[in-house]
Amino acid sequence: MLKILKYSFYDLVRSRWSLIYFAFYITLGFVLLFLNNDISKSVITLMNIIIVLTPLIATLLGIMYYYNSREFIELLLAHPMKRSAIFIGQYLGLSISLSISLILGLGIPFLIYGVLISTVIFDFLTLILVGTFLNFIFVALAYNIALSNENKIKGFGYAILLWLFLAVIYDGLLLTLLVVFDDYPLEKTALMGSVLNPIDLSRILILLKLDISALMGYTGAIFKNFFGNSMGMLMAFAILLVWVVLPVGRIVQIAKRKDF
Amino acid sequence: MSLNFKHCVTVAIILLLLWSVVVTNAKTIDVCKLCDHTTIRSGVEFASSGDTITIHQGVYKENELIINKPLTLIGKKESILDGEKKGNILLIDANYVNIMGLTFINVGSSYTEDFAAIKLRKTKYCRIENNFLDNVFFGIVLEKSRQALIKGNQIKSNAKDEFNSGNGIHLWYCQNITIDSNALYNLRDGIYLEFVDSSTITRNISKNNLRYGLHFMFSNYDVYSNNLFQNNGAGVAVMFSKHIQMFQNTFTKNWGVASYGLLLKEINDAEISHNVFEENTIGINVEGTNRINYFANDFKSNGWAVKIHGGCYLNNFKQNNFLYNTFDISYNGKMNDNTFDNNYWSNYTGYDLNKDQIGDVPFRPVKLFSYVVNKTPETIILLRSLFIDLINVSEKVSPIFTPDNLIDNQPLMNIYRDKN
Repeated sequence: MLKILKYSFYDLVRSRWSLIYFAFYITLGFVLLFLNNDISKSVITLMNIIIVLTPLIATLLGIMYYYNSREFIELLLAHPMKRSAIFIGQYLGLSISLSISLILGLGIPFLIYGVLISTVIFDFLTLILVGTFLNFIFVALAYNIALSNENKIKGFGYAILLWLFLAVIYDGLLLTLLVVFDDYPLEKTALMGSVLNPIDLSRILILLKLDISALMGYTGAIFKNFFGNSMGMLMAFAILLVWVVLPVGRIVQIAKRKDF
Repeated sequence: MSLNFKHCVTVAIILLLLWSVVVTNAKTIDVCKLCDHTTIRSGVEFASSGDTITIHQGVYKENELIINKPLTLIGKKESILDGEKKGNILLIDANYVNIMGLTFINVGSSYTEDFAAIKLRKTKYCRIENNFLDNVFFGIVLEKSRQALIKGNQIKSNAKDEFNSGNGIHLWYCQNITIDSNALYNLRDGIYLEFVDSSTITRNISKNNLRYGLHFMFSNYDVYSNNLFQNNGAGVAVMFSKHIQMFQNTFTKNWGVASYGLLLKEINDAEISHNVFEENTIGINVEGTNRINYFANDFKSNGWAVKIHGGCYLNNFKQNNFLYNTFDISYNGKMNDNTFDNNYWSNYTGYDLNKDQIGDVPFRPVKLFSYVVNKTPETIILLRSLFIDLINVSEKVSPIFTPDNLIDNQPLMNIYRDKN
């Protein structure tokens, strides 16, 4: 597995897409800091980008990488090695290379602008950590879709739909639910609803650090109580971890039985 | 010439006589463990009008000590009046009483009476300066007093519940009072004014109080400026009052379930200018106010900068800076004739083609999402999600839910700063 991981990792790191992705983040980081010149405000803008774009790019690259390396996979399958090793190796290679693009791409400009000595270092770390989690989650989801769909067009379609659902439609549904059932006590529902979606969960984790004053309001206090203490924080990350483990488990399951 | 000289001499002699009368009459009485007077009470009883009592180092167990003649009480280092949790400590019933540099501790608490460290009743021209009050129920209470000066005092307590805690400086039916440079911590209300007119409150620090940093009830023609209100239940509450002027105060970190920087309820004809509201859950909460001018205030990083409920007329927001608030304005009820012109909004995305520093596109400070959150508070959890941004944009393009005449027609392109 390590060999495959190493191979796909090097392959990806040298590829055009990783470089473009890396270049995108590094430009973004510098431009944001140049325009704002204030690290804490840049972190807010960055949050909007990370929770929307990171999942999208991870999904698309995941799908693309699987379809592109299909022949290579078939070649590997002819060799005496465990099936799960091939897929997990590739999955990890892709996720890690994407995460490194993210970490370095944003880390370098912020380091140069002195994030280490600013007060937002923890906000920034949360942001990077959440971004990394989103990479792992959405690459895994993309692999699931790709493994279940031989048809490339269908695969891409589903992948984009998945992203659209989790990033936009889900919130719309949740909002409708909350507004329609206005008369009932809905704090718990709202909490559950947002915890179940990795993008929402990531957003709230960062929000709690940035928009504290608004969240401290009437119902905000309940969310703050839940996520604000270390238990809630741990639980949030545990749920993110579950979002990684479950799709990866399914990759292994499908890979075992799949007919190539 | 000679006549003039004569006059001068007469005047000088009269002055000299007066001075000698004053000097001979006003004496200084020392109170200490080894002095003639070992308790303050005996010192006060011995003293006559206009005397000065110097209180030296030591702990003096005093309560319900009444001062009924003009006296000056001066505390030397570590002169402590211990009330032993039994009622009031000092009761002042005379004019021209000065209390300076004393330490008061352990005031009794009660559910029916306002026990205080220093209580002034129907006095004029009293001065309470540079005292230190700790573990009090009420700190300094003034009833039906006038022309008093309360300056440089530090008042602390450890209030836990609203119903069994008291206020730092409590004024009731007073006029022309000056409250300057005091520090108030961990009380119920830092400063409480009820039926207090023509008074000024300046340079005070009010922190960590349970309810309000400063509280006006039925008080008119007062000014407060250059104060700091931090981490209170609400910074300042102004209720049922008229003609209050609020300048250059700082309201910060008033966080909580129902926390405001400034709470305005049923007030008329106020001026609110050059204040800073930073990191409050709600910067200003407005309810039933008329003829208020908001000018050159900074609203920075608040949850809601301004939340307006119904029944407001002729409120003008002019040249304020709204910087990085989660919501700039939340508005309930009819627009009436309130205006929001010439402000700077950090959320403004318009342009300025003719370079007159005024944006060419009007700005709508109320977002659809703030309307939704008002209706269903739980939806706050969707803050800053992509879906919310989308509906905000679509609402901005064609307003349906938000009041369509709530517009800043001339938003500023740059942060407003006074020229002077």
